[in-house]
Amino acid sequence: MATEVAGAHGHDEPDHLAPYLSPEAGRGVKGWLLTLDHKRIGLMYLISTLLAFFMGGVFALLVRLELFAPGRTIMSAEYYNRAFTLHGAIMVFLFIIPSVPGALGNFVLPIMLGTKDVAFPRLNLLSFYIYIIGATFSLYSIVTGSVDTGWTFYTPYSTTSQTSVVSMVLGVFILGFSSILTGLNFIVTVHKLRAPGLHWKRLPLFIWGTYATSIIQVLATPVLAITLLLLAAERTMGLGIFDPALGGDPILFQHFFWFYSHPAVYIMIVPGMAVASELFATFTRRAIFGYFAVAMSSLGLALVGFLVWGHHMFTSGQSEWATMLFSALTMLVAIPSGVKVFNWTATLYKGSIELTTPMLYALSFLVLFTIGGLTGLFCAVLNTDIHLHDTYFIVAHFHYVMMGGTVMAFVGGILYWWPKMTGKLYDEKLAKVSWLFVFIGFNTTFLIQFVMGSKGMPRRYYDYLPQFEIYHKVSTFGSWLLLIGFSICAFVLIKSLRSGAKAPPNPWGSAGYEWQGTESPPVMQNFRETPTITRGPYDYHLCTDEELFDGFPEDLKK
Amino acid sequence: METMQLPPQWSTFAGHVDWAFYFIYYLSVVLFVAIIGAAMYFVYKYRRKPGVKAEPTGHATVLEITWTVSPLAILAFLFHIGFRGYIDMTVAPADAMEIRVRAKKWSWDFEYPNGGHSNILHIPVHRPVRLVLSSEDVIHSLYIPAFRVKRDAVPGFYSTMWFEATQTGETDLFCTEYCGAAVGTTEVAEGDPNVGREGNRRHVGHFSMITKVRIQTAAEYNTFLESILRPPTDPATGREATPEKWGEILYRSQQCNTCHSTDGSAMTGPTWRGLFGRQRQFADGTSGTADANYIRQSILQPNSKVVQGFNGVMPSFAGTLRDNQIDALIAYIRTLR
Repeated sequence: MATEVAGAHGHDEPDHLAPYLSPEAGRGVKGWLLTLDHKRIGLMYLISTLLAFFMGGVFALLVRLELFAPGRTIMSAEYYNRAFTLHGAIMVFLFIIPSVPGALGNFVLPIMLGTKDVAFPRLNLLSFYIYIIGATFSLYSIVTGSVDTGWTFYTPYSTTSQTSVVSMVLGVFILGFSSILTGLNFIVTVHKLRAPGLHWKRLPLFIWGTYATSIIQVLATPVLAITLLLLAAERTMGLGIFDPALGGDPILFQHFFWFYSHPAVYIMIVPGMAVASELFATFTRRAIFGYFAVAMSSLGLALVGFLVWGHHMFTSGQSEWATMLFSALTMLVAIPSGVKVFNWTATLYKGSIELTTPMLYALSFLVLFTIGGLTGLFCAVLNTDIHLHDTYFIVAHFHYVMMGGTVMAFVGGILYWWPKMTGKLYDEKLAKVSWLFVFIGFNTTFLIQFVMGSKGMPRRYYDYLPQFEIYHKVSTFGSWLLLIGFSICAFVLIKSLRSGAKAPPNPWGSAGYEWQGTESPPVMQNFRETPTITRGPYDYHLCTDEELFDGFPEDLKK
Repeated sequence: METMQLPPQWSTFAGHVDWAFYFIYYLSVVLFVAIIGAAMYFVYKYRRKPGVKAEPTGHATVLEITWTVSPLAILAFLFHIGFRGYIDMTVAPADAMEIRVRAKKWSWDFEYPNGGHSNILHIPVHRPVRLVLSSEDVIHSLYIPAFRVKRDAVPGFYSTMWFEATQTGETDLFCTEYCGAAVGTTEVAEGDPNVGREGNRRHVGHFSMITKVRIQTAAEYNTFLESILRPPTDPATGREATPEKWGEILYRSQQCNTCHSTDGSAMTGPTWRGLFGRQRQFADGTSGTADANYIRQSILQPNSKVVQGFNGVMPSFAGTLRDNQIDALIAYIRTLR
């Protein structure tokens, strides 16, 4: 595409088909709060999810600080239980699930598709405000007694807890609709609004991943909604669904809950993989090896993700048949995950690799997700899982996937698309320093938790036996390194906003559609003319040097 | 054998579990080093150099099919070893000795075939033991790392687990299903290994639902079984404890102290100080005297007469405490003037 559009100036009239994207529509506070522009909605999501990440991070630091020494360190047991619950609930429902699709997806997806906006711009804004309303309910719960059930809300604990479970559950229920609407919007957009020439085999892998995620969001989230509604009904009206005292079945709740929450694991990780694919392509200047397999493996994960929820319940007392079947099906997760890891590694082979900060995050993703995936084998194999279930081994495993995977990809994605989103460059050197702290801090915090867990330390413990103290001390120390790393990263981004150099249209020299033929930041309607796609997003061998080396201004001088 | 990553192997299962663990572990190490080693090598070897372009990505269909299909063989093998081990853990031998386990916030009660109870799990060595678990309130989970076994205790539902210890000694037993915490701190016995920084008061909850498994020789175990039907020995006198002393021991061992103080302060439940003989106002508007029958009823049917200002959250001790133990508790409460 690109060639005839890039650098074309003088077309400042807005497109008549989208009056809401006119410059007049975008001014002032109202222009932001009532915007239908996917880019602004994406940025509002970015700010909200980063605030959620900050809050969830504060709770994580408090939890780690409490565990620094046995016995009481900084808070009582009741508050510790609230702190780890809020850490989990905020990180899962307010941060990770909306992070990549809501923030990066909203910003990048329509541009990658060569279109002016998502299919339903009003629905998109509605989805953002539903997110805000859901978040408000959750915050209301926090200030009115908070929640101490764990983010999993297991019954009958959650139906008998004295804390304000109902408002938190309603918050999560509402957040689910935001997730469904975003998913629906993206599915329709990918099907209906691709630019001329952008056929399915030319779709960027970020689109494939986001598309697979959207399918899970639309299909799985309603189950969570129903489950949480039943839970709220049981708490408020005494309806006997899950509580055995009322004739219900507590295991049923676990089935319902994980029927959503296991697919939700893929709502969280598949977008991370999608971002990683883009980063690998750009910074190796090479098409992703096995493009078709990588694209299909996202859909494969979406499918398999629906079939394995029972692996969270191997010790629960579900039938041995179910346990056997879920263990076997869980093994299948390794296939599409392995395909991705192998293909990314093969992409590096004979590439032209540049270790920018986003690429360092992509490589961290590769390393940490591989550890997260391989440790998943211990959890899928039945007899080892019986020993490891509900210990710190599990905590370490899913943090390697969720944080080592998704969060690394998210931060990498933010840094990668930052010049496009803000039109500003940032201090790469300092960003690399922050990456180093984050990477080392993450491994210090979580690698030792595998050992602590396999030694028998149960999770969600306020206090612990003396033999576990050394592991907890190291882990807490790691959390401080993470704090330093993310603080530097925040400083880098804020500094860039205030005084960053202006970004060129394509600072990384990427062949990706979103970098070719748009300005940084893109104009309201993204493109001054609807682009026609004539090549794939990773066809570096078809690009001219001019297209690729439109890099940092200092590079141009060389 | 205790390794860097796993606790000592004290059950017949432990060897199998550890074999599977270390098989996956070394498999993972090999795969990790191969994949990440290759990736790091490529990052170094193919770093961007001026004038050198990336080679366009080609196709290697055979390679792709290989790494998509061949892991299936490894996965099938992993499933096989895990499943074999799991079935062994699930099917208890017919001659297994049965111990009934009742979990409640935040203590374990073990009931032995002779009707006696304890809070520490005593088992004979080299003999299959089958536990039948249930819970009185929320979900708990019984976990003995040295045995590599774990099973949830679910209210309204019996679940079972079994194991056979391979050596005598004492090891930890944990609750691994999150079950909350008591409000504030609770008084604990002096010399309790779990005493926190607050001196003889500590927080109680999911994390303190820890006890020990004491694995004994057949003779020691039989002595233990007899002892739980009689009052314990008073360390001060060296003789069988008086009912008052036994009551005090039960106050701690049955974890009455989680909710009832003896110093006059109200906790989750009313204090025991000065309780005996006092007039009580109940939540339903009636009143009565706290005499022996009232205390007995409060232990066996705790929610029949809830004192005003408190919630009816106490679990019943029917089936847990025998008559002479209830007598001992009443005798102890009478001493708390």
